[in-house]
Amino acid sequence: MHGPILVFAESSGSEFRKSAFESVTEARRLADLSKTEVHALSIGHGVKAQSSSLGKFGADKVSIADDESLKLFHPDLFRQIALDLAKKINPSVILLPATSTGKDLAPRLAIHLNTVVATECTDLEVSANDLIATRPAYAGKVLLKVKIRGTPKIATLRPNVFTAKERVPATSPSVESLSFEKPSTRMRVKEFVTSAAKKQDLTEARVIVSGGRGMGGPENYKILEELASVMGGVVGASRASVDAGWRPHSDQVGQTGRTVSPTLYIACGISGAIQHRVGMINSKVIVAINRDPEAPIFGFADYGIVGDVFEVVPALTREMRRYYGKS
Amino acid sequence: MRRVPDTATRIKISPDGKSVVTSDTEFVINPYEEYALEQGVQLKEKHGGEVTVLTLGPEKSTSVILKALALGADKGIHLKTENFPDDPSAIARAIAAELKTAEFDVLLFGKKGVDDDNQQVGPMVAELLGIPCVTQIVKLDISAGKALAHREVEGGIIVVEATLPSAFTAEKDLTVPRYASLRELVAARKKPILVKEPQQFPGALEIVSVQYPPPRPPGRVLGKGVEAVPLLVKVLHEEAKVI
Repeated sequence: MHGPILVFAESSGSEFRKSAFESVTEARRLADLSKTEVHALSIGHGVKAQSSSLGKFGADKVSIADDESLKLFHPDLFRQIALDLAKKINPSVILLPATSTGKDLAPRLAIHLNTVVATECTDLEVSANDLIATRPAYAGKVLLKVKIRGTPKIATLRPNVFTAKERVPATSPSVESLSFEKPSTRMRVKEFVTSAAKKQDLTEARVIVSGGRGMGGPENYKILEELASVMGGVVGASRASVDAGWRPHSDQVGQTGRTVSPTLYIACGISGAIQHRVGMINSKVIVAINRDPEAPIFGFADYGIVGDVFEVVPALTREMRRYYGKS
Repeated sequence: MRRVPDTATRIKISPDGKSVVTSDTEFVINPYEEYALEQGVQLKEKHGGEVTVLTLGPEKSTSVILKALALGADKGIHLKTENFPDDPSAIARAIAAELKTAEFDVLLFGKKGVDDDNQQVGPMVAELLGIPCVTQIVKLDISAGKALAHREVEGGIIVVEATLPSAFTAEKDLTVPRYASLRELVAARKKPILVKEPQQFPGALEIVSVQYPPPRPPGRVLGKGVEAVPLLVKVLHEEAKVI
């Protein structure tokens, strides 16, 4: 594959997202395999001071568009900046994180560059001048290996799957500021409203404590919030509890919700129906707490406790508090 | 609108290892397009106008058009094809070619198909038509030629204003789809469906293989009730090394 690897290093506020470092690390790996360089693109506001930190993960060049108008993701502005750069440097591959921004931006670039996107990839390999991407379909019920004919090849990378690795010694990338002309647009991005209390997104969380129909009602999620808070995690939910109106849809894990891969997933009062299973099966470790010993979740959880969530979860919270207090 | 296997079904891989078997699968309207359709019908109920559903797919997709007509759409367009490349850019080009001369204010898509999970067609069509597209919306209000849409993103909501005509892709929270009554299902058969062939475009996405994900090694039940909790913490620390 000729031409550099262009990687979109997504930021949130004045910080790069974790998935930006994951994407740059993967871009570096591909660039080494095909003997080319990594060109990172940062679009945002106030990230300039940190742009050289992308060198730690292997960026050779960094292009930055930094402007007040780029503080929040604006499809037309971001698309124009990324497209202009892609047309200038002719990348062989473009990588973006499979975040809400990356998944909005990637197809827009693809259609203008006469190509297509391999969405939410979990693995990439270079084989005889081709990029072979592994990606889940049917929410992970099957894995596809796909390749894209033509150039560039665009892939979005599922967060939390690729590992961000710092290089020793770090490269010191050349940094270039992009001037951009604001394209005409009929969209106005007005504001970002933070959801109450939620600090971390499910797709980026290390620990998820999830509740299902067995929680009995919205008021009972308090015990899950407590456990999650002690462990530095966030609360997720099954489709049944979202459809019942107990939790917002942004908490839903499963085929019509989020696909997550935390280090630890604790399923509380969740039976483990296939549409839920596909959303969390790639968690590193799964713990199930359920009253029903026959629940399907025990068939694929690493550790299970058969018991009442209203007794087991508070006991686990106390035990975790003691554990974290000690270490 | 796309016809997809129901989310409760198991997926079987075909013997050649390059596609999935769909012969004995139960098919439904792609759930995200049901949310989009319901939004379209609600806009019609509030502002007047007409809802057209468009689908690109085989003969069998007629079933999802009829369902949509029963759920409140006024007419259907079926771009009928038995062998179209399963490639989002080719599908987007065919839909955009069809819509180039169409008049509309609001173009609604599902955020993605729950079959191939590609999540590309909506924004691609909008880019080809040169109209705004707000993806993953959970709320949509229309007034005075403008749309106010809420996009669900990591950690919150982004509020976007777009001038009509504009495209949107529906996230789950957008609407709660209604059920069709028997009377509506019967009436749907009298509504018009325009059937035509889509323009053909080549695809660039090639499936090399389809595999089942590796099975998870079986786990173990540590015990019953509160007594098992200390052991759980111990194995998470010592064996799984995740805390």
